[in-house]
Amino acid sequence: MTKMAGGKRVFYLLVSVILTAALLAGCTGSSGSGQGENGKKTITITYRDDGVGEQGAFYKWLKELAESYPDKNVEIKPTPIQASEGDYFAKIALALKSKDKAPDIVTEDTFILNSDASAGFLEPLDDRMKDWSDWTDGSFIEAMKKGVTASDGKVYGVPYNTDSRGLWYNKTIFKAAGLPENWTPKTWDEVLDAARTIKEKAGDGVVPIWMNMGKATGEATSMQTYEMLLYGTGERLYEDSTGKWITKSPGILDSLRFIETVNKEKLGPPLSKVLNGQAGNTATREYLPQGKLAISLDGSWITGNYLENGAAPWPEYKDVLGFAPMPTSKGQAPGSITLAGGWALSIPSNAKNKDEAWEFIKFALNKENSQKLVTASGNITVRADVAKDPGYTQMPFNEIATEYLKNAEFRPAQDKYPEVSTQIQTMVEAVATGTSPEDAQNKYAQDVTRIAGGQNVTEK
Amino acid sequence: MSSLALNSPHRKRNTYTWLYFLLPSIMIMLLFFIYPILLTFFYSFTNLALTGESARELKFIGLDNYTRMFQDPTVRISIWNTLIFLFGSAVIGQQVLGFLIALLMKHKNKLFRRVIGTIVLAGWVTPEIVCALCLYSFFGDDGTLNAIITSFGLPEVTWLFTVPMLTIILANIWHGTAFSMLVFQAALDDVPSEIEEAAVVDGASRWQILTRIILPYIKDSIKTNMMLVTLQTLGVFGLIYAMTGGGPGTSTTTLPIFMYNQAFINYQLGYGTAISLLLLLIGIVLSLFYIRSMK
Repeated sequence: MTKMAGGKRVFYLLVSVILTAALLAGCTGSSGSGQGENGKKTITITYRDDGVGEQGAFYKWLKELAESYPDKNVEIKPTPIQASEGDYFAKIALALKSKDKAPDIVTEDTFILNSDASAGFLEPLDDRMKDWSDWTDGSFIEAMKKGVTASDGKVYGVPYNTDSRGLWYNKTIFKAAGLPENWTPKTWDEVLDAARTIKEKAGDGVVPIWMNMGKATGEATSMQTYEMLLYGTGERLYEDSTGKWITKSPGILDSLRFIETVNKEKLGPPLSKVLNGQAGNTATREYLPQGKLAISLDGSWITGNYLENGAAPWPEYKDVLGFAPMPTSKGQAPGSITLAGGWALSIPSNAKNKDEAWEFIKFALNKENSQKLVTASGNITVRADVAKDPGYTQMPFNEIATEYLKNAEFRPAQDKYPEVSTQIQTMVEAVATGTSPEDAQNKYAQDVTRIAGGQNVTEK
Repeated sequence: MSSLALNSPHRKRNTYTWLYFLLPSIMIMLLFFIYPILLTFFYSFTNLALTGESARELKFIGLDNYTRMFQDPTVRISIWNTLIFLFGSAVIGQQVLGFLIALLMKHKNKLFRRVIGTIVLAGWVTPEIVCALCLYSFFGDDGTLNAIITSFGLPEVTWLFTVPMLTIILANIWHGTAFSMLVFQAALDDVPSEIEEAAVVDGASRWQILTRIILPYIKDSIKTNMMLVTLQTLGVFGLIYAMTGGGPGTSTTTLPIFMYNQAFINYQLGYGTAISLLLLLIGIVLSLFYIRSMK
């Protein structure tokens, strides 16, 4: 009897120990990476897949490069992350942090590059750049190097595409309203006057001017709308010389007044349409092609929608649309302004094959290959030699959009920028919905001070 | 007597056998429940961030996240929105509506119960994100609701923009009412019909039967359901995020939305975890309140 009970007890104990052990074993991740099999080195490249998988321009480009890459001891392996843009940044941050999961090359938005660099996730490339003639001989547009330089002054990536921003306008509507078909406004007032004329002449069915003004459109509100205005007043978000965020200034108020005017005079889209996450698509994919929108302050990439395989094919866009530069507030030098963003290839600090990765980047972003990529994806090039190539300039608007990059400005290469940007969106939306520019600015000042700390902000 | 004395060592041994059986589940609880909570608690006192300077080294920053939270006006707005959403959709909506449906179905025939029950359940079995998409296209500017009201010659209403809180409350009611209905159906079936019949014989009105007999009888079910629905609603994220994204402005920013924005849009994980603890605290306080009132 006692023996039986003892046996049972041992049995129970055994079962529970086995189950517990199995449980724990199941929870600990298996480690060990398959490296250097059959003598080949594998270079992994992580990029954002927006859901199109093997149909994506980036994937096709990589595949082509993998086949034509001269070093046959290196295997190129795409490791895409399928995510929305916002989630992509969060996911690569997690991947870059991990010694096992970090890829050898990662595509970084210039928006987040500085943050990832100061987190120590990325490898500075200055030493390698020195010996790369493409980088040093002016093949890359000089202004584009700003976008991949972090706040410590080091370069953390090689840019492969960029974008510029300006005023898209519908020539048919302009003509009908008696406005010039080749429109180049010199000041903000001229932009507003054109919008007023359209409101008067084109009737209720046409929205005179569309700018993204909501929190829901996120970075598009900060960059395409507010920063295009603010930088046009000659002011900046962040003062590089003192290292302080500007929380109150005449430029901020002027920018907000522009937004206020657009809404007060009902020159903009209905708020229910524009304060909505889909606002950008509504403007580019519906209103503009349908002739319901006259002017749209937006990015150079929107024409990608109108290509044959785009989201809203519209073959006539080449003739109907015009792309005017965004003027400075009063026409002061340099006359027009654009903000530029774009993407770069970077090498993570935790990458295992950094030398091979660098060799591949040099190959992938030479003139020929980088041209293939921007042409396939409908982006603007960062290379001066590609910009002159007939194969590139024949694409509608490419030449003009690249031209605007001369005065291109980048967003502050600061860690706090993503958080400050959220406050910008709050401020812009507040003004759009009727808060006075002064009140909205006060709240912005409070919030930015809280985020950056009192010693890191200043007023003008 | 002697047999009892003989058995006692066995019994003692047996009192520990439960531990062997429970050990795997205890490990699961510790690993997947207690450990993350402790970790969250720990991280809420740090500068943990996804990227940027603070991602380089984890620093203990004391109560900074908490002081920031109490200075942040959006936190107050989010708490307030969370409570409105909770009260509107869980307490009033799901609870009362669920009870009414269950009550009205009580003495009806089987077919009627089955048809109505299935329709209400459809909302509940629909995955949250599908539900959000359905209701987004219902309330949207060019949505079904506007199509209906304009066909009567009424002007279009931008529901998601003018009354965003109402739309997400209605959406959550649509999605969750079936749960309360099921709970109340089971509870109402337990009310003995003899008591009701006796009350009718004694001349009680329907209202009196409801308030004096049925409600006191199912009191415990009401409270349990209240607690379950409250905790479910407190954590609703996908529905709101997909329908309004917390906007326009902050008008539908509840604590889960605010927490997500801080952690994954602003990359401030430390601050995000502090907010999640605030949410946990609200859940605990409400649960304690319900549990106390159950006694």
